Amino acid sequence: MSLVSFSRRGVLAAGTALALMLGAASVAQAQTPPGVLIVGQIAEPKSLDPAAVTAVNDFRILMNVYDGLVRYKDGTLEVEPALASDWTISDDGTEYTFTLREGVTFHDGSAFDAEAVKFNFDRMLDESHPFHDTGPFPLAFFFSAVENVEVVDPLTVKFTLNAPYAPFLSNLAYPTGLIVSPAAVEAGGADFGRNPSGTGPFKFAEWRSNEAVVIEANPDYWDGAPELQAVVFRPITDANTRTAEMLAGGIDLMVEVPPVALSEFESEQYSVFEQAGPHVWFLILNAKEGPFADKLVRQAANYAINKEALVNNVLEGTAEVAAGPTPPAFAWAYNPDLEPYPYDPDKAKELLAEAGAEGASLTFYVTEGGSGMLDPIAMGTAMQADLEAVGFDVTIETYEWNTFLGEVNPGLEGKADMAEMAWMTNDPDTLPFLALRTDAWPDKGGFNSGYYSNPKVDELLEAARVATDQEERAALYKEMQVIVQEDAPWVFVANWKQNAVTSDRVENFSLQPSFFLLLDDVVKN
Amino acid sequence: MGSYIVKRLLSAIPVLLGITVIVFLIMAMIPGDPATAILGSYATPENVEKLNRDLGLDKPLVQQYFIWLGNMLTGDFGTSFALNRPVIDEVLERFNGTLVLAGTAFVLCSIFGVIAGVVSAANQYGAGDKIITFAVLLGISIPSFFLGMMMILFFAVNLRWFPVSGMWPIYGARDLSALISHLTLPAIALAVVATGVIARLSRSAMLEVLRQDFIRTARAKGVHERGVIWRHALKAAMVSIIPVLGIQAGFVLSGAVYIEIVFQWPGVGRMLVDAILKRDILLVQGGVVFVAACYVLFNIAVDVAQSLLDPRIKT
Repeated sequence: MSLVSFSRRGVLAAGTALALMLGAASVAQAQTPPGVLIVGQIAEPKSLDPAAVTAVNDFRILMNVYDGLVRYKDGTLEVEPALASDWTISDDGTEYTFTLREGVTFHDGSAFDAEAVKFNFDRMLDESHPFHDTGPFPLAFFFSAVENVEVVDPLTVKFTLNAPYAPFLSNLAYPTGLIVSPAAVEAGGADFGRNPSGTGPFKFAEWRSNEAVVIEANPDYWDGAPELQAVVFRPITDANTRTAEMLAGGIDLMVEVPPVALSEFESEQYSVFEQAGPHVWFLILNAKEGPFADKLVRQAANYAINKEALVNNVLEGTAEVAAGPTPPAFAWAYNPDLEPYPYDPDKAKELLAEAGAEGASLTFYVTEGGSGMLDPIAMGTAMQADLEAVGFDVTIETYEWNTFLGEVNPGLEGKADMAEMAWMTNDPDTLPFLALRTDAWPDKGGFNSGYYSNPKVDELLEAARVATDQEERAALYKEMQVIVQEDAPWVFVANWKQNAVTSDRVENFSLQPSFFLLLDDVVKN
Repeated sequence: MGSYIVKRLLSAIPVLLGITVIVFLIMAMIPGDPATAILGSYATPENVEKLNRDLGLDKPLVQQYFIWLGNMLTGDFGTSFALNRPVIDEVLERFNGTLVLAGTAFVLCSIFGVIAGVVSAANQYGAGDKIITFAVLLGISIPSFFLGMMMILFFAVNLRWFPVSGMWPIYGARDLSALISHLTLPAIALAVVATGVIARLSRSAMLEVLRQDFIRTARAKGVHERGVIWRHALKAAMVSIIPVLGIQAGFVLSGAVYIEIVFQWPGVGRMLVDAILKRDILLVQGGVVFVAACYVLFNIAVDVAQSLLDPRIKT
């Protein structure tokens, strides 16, 4: 028996077959069809059930399939009517009554009404609800203030809160507040996340695992049918591969372009979009112990770090220098008088001398990556150099993202003097309320990992949360920003500008400050 | 032969049990938990605790292990936290992707590696040998992920002969030619290093055989040179080449991780990397156990093949 016997003829045949294969392959590169937008996403979605997901990546699909009671006005972070055409708020700020839009149906044909709204919030919040087991619902606490949802009549629904809670409307505009079809949840059970049904401009068509999610135009959309026939979301986790797909014409729209790849898209064939959003990148300083317990040393760190250089050189212009704890994208709540700490190493040295903290040694927690962290290792290294230039002695400890959160969230005490962090939020209340109040210290369940405490800030934040008048809230937030900047519990570093690239076949595209991807007006030729 | 196979299969059971313990302990010991990964910035201790309870991760470790093992023995691998879908569906689908990629690469590297080795040995120190040796050293020295990226840049972005990534076209028929066009670049990138290794080792195996008496006898009785090399010598050399192929098969499977990431290939390696980063415990555990079981079975198959070729090995 001869197990292996090659003849010259055999080898020739194999070679010919291979050549034929390559020939057949090379004709396969057709262009993407018109009217169908192919989006390069950063990951496979977890689920298409808006109550079950937490990632911006998943929100990009969901915002096109569902509507909420309210939504953000185009280009802003201010709420406007969506499925609710109007609403009233009781004087004490605890009762929200929504009038619902008439004649709206879900993609599965069932009617959108007050019962459907009640079903959605009860499913998330009421553990005895028959479909509560379609969870878990990790962001349900966005609505933890909701005590009761009441159907007044088929087109009127009333939310009763256990206390005034000003971010409530804004949270309703967040993906966790999107309204799903009760009939589809009843039919799909735990599989609803793979067979979703909403009221949005596009309806779900197909989910091929690890390949694509396809959504098709909803011709009956209450706000006007979309221009596109369909959108295909392709998960491409590797940023280099995503860039290559964009260059090769395999996708029409690419989100989260790595800063170093932006120069590839300078030609006429592409459009690059940028949009500042509600993001802030900062260093948490340990105000409880060590050198940063002294306000002067915290201010010195703010003066010592060259934020312009970080933003322009490390981040290649994909971010702007942050002035305080509130990102400018919250236009109504942002204090425009705030100037960022200038880069002034001499001033930093003076402050250090005044505080007697020259040569202080610091432990600095750096992460390898993570949501909204941009380029954390390069940024950490650059900041280390800046801090050493004014006389600090900085030791970096680097952790993988989940490990990093496990170290930082319980508090820095006894471990580190400073840590990188970034937040993306939907309301100016969220970040300061969870990360700057005395009652938000880690032992009380918050994210104030640096133990900052200022009774005046606590008071302002508590007051802003229960005020229902937007102007009154804005004044409180503006005052808070001035105090926090002066106290310097953080080094305020950068506000990220989200970016995207489209091919020249795509028109009418724009990015939103909410970081959501809204495609109902986009055209592809 | 039958009893030999049964014996080998039985000896695999403690290995697999050991693997379940190790992978379970590793996932339990690494810092970070799925709830923190899912909640991200919102991972307050309170939210984390509630979500861990919802996910069933608040039970004692030993109990968790036996629940998992018991379920697995009945074929229930659990549900992935991050993908919200049964682990076994995801693993089988992804393993299929890896098999297509690694299988093709393995066939490519076996054929071309052995041919290159034989040609090299037959022309020892000749021009052919030198060219092949040079090419092989070059191939062994290039990291596969780098080669993959360069191939994407050249053949997919500049020349547009092949698609950049994925396994199937987003539009159009899912036929063999579509698969081949997606498969060509990643399979070649994955096969290059293994081809080089196989070529080197085949060459030395062949050289050793060519020095033996029966080759001289074959030549003396008038077998033409091609027959001597490909029929007599190669058959004898296969005994030492097959274990090399077995080892390279393992290498190709594990090397597939890099290639799957670069080419966005829906394979099990990339799945495991994503799952580890998201602390998707059940998916990591299920995936590792499944892949380990395949490795063990493959090794048994290699040993059996070898003992068929050379009955002295069977003990």
